[in-house]
Amino acid sequence: MSFFARFAQNRGALVGLAILLAIVLMAILAPLLYPESPWRMVQRPFLAPMEVEGFWLGTDTMGRDVAAGLMHGAWVSLLIGLISTTVALLIGVPLGAVAGYYGGLIDDALMRFTEFFQTIPNFALAIVLVAIMQPSVVSIVLAIAIVSWPPVARLVRAEFMSLRHREYVEAARLVGQTNRTIILKQILPNTLSPIIVLASLMVATAILLESALSFLGLGDPNVMSWGYMIGAARTVIRQAWWLSFFPGVAILLTVLALNLVGEGLDDALNPKLARERS
Amino acid sequence: MNDNTPVLSIRGLTLALPQGADRDYAVEDVSYDVARGEIMCVVGESGSGKSMAANAVMGLLPKGVRPTAGEVLFDGQDLLALSEKQHRKLRGLRIGMIFQEPMTALNPLMRVGAQIAEVFEAHGKYTSRERQARALALLEEVGIPQPDRAIRAYPFQLSGGQRQRVMIAMALALEPELLIADEPTTALDVTTQAQILELIRDLQQQRGMAVMFITHDFGVVAEVATRVCVMRYGRIVELGTADEVLDNPRHEYTRALLEAIPSNVIPEARGGERPTPLLEVRNLNKIFRSRSGLFKPAREVRALDDVSFTLAPGETVGIVGESGSGKSTLGRCVVRLERPDSGTLALAGTDFSSLRGDALRRERHRVQMIFQDPYASLNPRHRVGYAIAQGPMANGVPRAKAMRQAEELLELVGLGAVAVDRFPHEFSGGQRQRIGIARALALNPELIVADEAVSALDVSIQAQVLALLEELKQKLSLSLLFITHDLRVAAQICDTIIVMQQGRIVEQGTAQEVFLSPKEAYTKQLLEAIPGRAHEAAMA
Repeated sequence: MSFFARFAQNRGALVGLAILLAIVLMAILAPLLYPESPWRMVQRPFLAPMEVEGFWLGTDTMGRDVAAGLMHGAWVSLLIGLISTTVALLIGVPLGAVAGYYGGLIDDALMRFTEFFQTIPNFALAIVLVAIMQPSVVSIVLAIAIVSWPPVARLVRAEFMSLRHREYVEAARLVGQTNRTIILKQILPNTLSPIIVLASLMVATAILLESALSFLGLGDPNVMSWGYMIGAARTVIRQAWWLSFFPGVAILLTVLALNLVGEGLDDALNPKLARERS
Repeated sequence: MNDNTPVLSIRGLTLALPQGADRDYAVEDVSYDVARGEIMCVVGESGSGKSMAANAVMGLLPKGVRPTAGEVLFDGQDLLALSEKQHRKLRGLRIGMIFQEPMTALNPLMRVGAQIAEVFEAHGKYTSRERQARALALLEEVGIPQPDRAIRAYPFQLSGGQRQRVMIAMALALEPELLIADEPTTALDVTTQAQILELIRDLQQQRGMAVMFITHDFGVVAEVATRVCVMRYGRIVELGTADEVLDNPRHEYTRALLEAIPSNVIPEARGGERPTPLLEVRNLNKIFRSRSGLFKPAREVRALDDVSFTLAPGETVGIVGESGSGKSTLGRCVVRLERPDSGTLALAGTDFSSLRGDALRRERHRVQMIFQDPYASLNPRHRVGYAIAQGPMANGVPRAKAMRQAEELLELVGLGAVAVDRFPHEFSGGQRQRIGIARALALNPELIVADEAVSALDVSIQAQVLALLEELKQKLSLSLLFITHDLRVAAQICDTIIVMQQGRIVEQGTAQEVFLSPKEAYTKQLLEAIPGRAHEAAMA
């Protein structure tokens, strides 16, 4: 059975994929449908949804178009989610691989270093980092990556520890392959499926983290993001529910879609487990 | 003894496999009886469906497998028609079962006595004090040393053989009329296996039970069977009394299986004068230490204790021993996957034991290994040709040339050059072992270490792989260090045999000396424990 056929067996995963594609489409179409800056004031403030033609989702406290903000925000949220996850993988995978492969003192040292990050609550550390570095897209991406790599390192280390004593790895050592080749060519490809699954869930967490940071006013002041929209609307939640409702739904759907896709990937990459579960 | 009323009667049983399996039926039109007071042996190689009928009897069919025809009559009742609840009442009470792996079949966190008592509890029998008393009596009956202490032990504190005895005690607790034993001795050492087989035979005679004994080993069949049922591809190929089947097999498959068993006939001694040794092992020691924790002291296991031997070019030396004898550690030290604590390993003059790091990596091509598990020894993500070419490539051979070589090697081990582009999972266990051999040959090593290289294979495949090794030995004048737990296999292929026990060399000599006139008590004990040996001796 092909990879996609196994993936498609999980209905939820297909729904998730469809939602995700719709959001990507939103992000791509944003500059075409709303070529003007989402920060521009275009109408009277506090317009309810459907009240005026052309402003389907209403306007916010300053008269900015909520629909425009939502579409431009999709781009920011996805970008931050993907880049920060990539950076977290770039830190966590090599660290976990080296710790798991060599073991002993190297493992001890690297794991204590990892635990150092794990003992500090994620969100608190992210706030401190963004506050020190000044809020910007770069500092937010870095902060999210720095708080989210430890689980990656732990996962990769555990996989390496179980795989390094496999006979095919020992055979590779015996034919004289270097440690580098063994790590990159023998073991790493066999750890990919759990890493991919974890990464898809990390994108979702990163989007939530970014939203939370923006909600607290620590977002990049130059980009419109869903978290910022909710944060700005929190004081008027009783007068203008739509200001926080639509970006909230957008975050919910994105995170849900990523989780569903992650689960589908898990099933597709581990066909044996999936069969037992059904 | 044998009053011939069948306790269990399987009639025309057909079990369908789920779609997409390699065949439509797990077993097809299988009929046999198991009568009181007899041991019915169901024999077959892996994938023959020999365990499936037993699973149907226990109501433990794997998901997706369902009966489509036939019936399984136990005491007049069709077991296939029973509900899960009715089945549960029979299990344990009237049908007992023992499994292959006694460690995983026991609860690791529960004392042995409590686990036996649980069997009574599940069927609501006796008070808790009576249960303990009966558990103790059972442990005595199955011959566990110091039963009063064993009853309070946890499974990990017992040896493999003792755990299997506990499993038997649990299976017999409620005096079932039928005992199903699914490969109960496969995971055990030969000497332990012989004891367990004797125990099963004795208990069966005392209690007059019917026993359904599933195994792949004709040696075991010869030891215990009253009647034999040989299976292949889900069908019965031969059914009859043990004497009929073993002495006058009618079906050619049975004959082929019987012939594939490594026999007592030792090939003529080869060689003569021993030239300068290729491998010279002197006073090798290796101690494994567990890390000491906060509350526990470090534990030491002496895996190799002052081991010395030599191996001449072109010679095959067999290292034989039971689990824990240190034979695998010795092999791993020779290929330097482990570093010996002291002693020397000289390979044609170079001291192989003291090399480290890059210097070791550059010398590694001189000694190669064939691994035990054909499923774990090939990287599932690499094509076969690439897996073989990796060695030469790591040693500086250009890729194109290494791949051409891989094709030639695959041809040499009988798989054909077309195999290069396929993935390991497309091959059977025996074929994978051939790939492993090709990989070991790819670097033109001076010495090959084969660690239990045929142990995981079915007998007929085992015979083919041994024949291949023999052929390659002649063609390429290989030097081979052959590690095995099976004395018969060693006798087939080795010039010299070394018997190991608890990290020490007990006896060494030519294959004929060790096999036909063993000097040490332990060697004799090992030889006597080989299942089916008495039968074979009677035949000769």
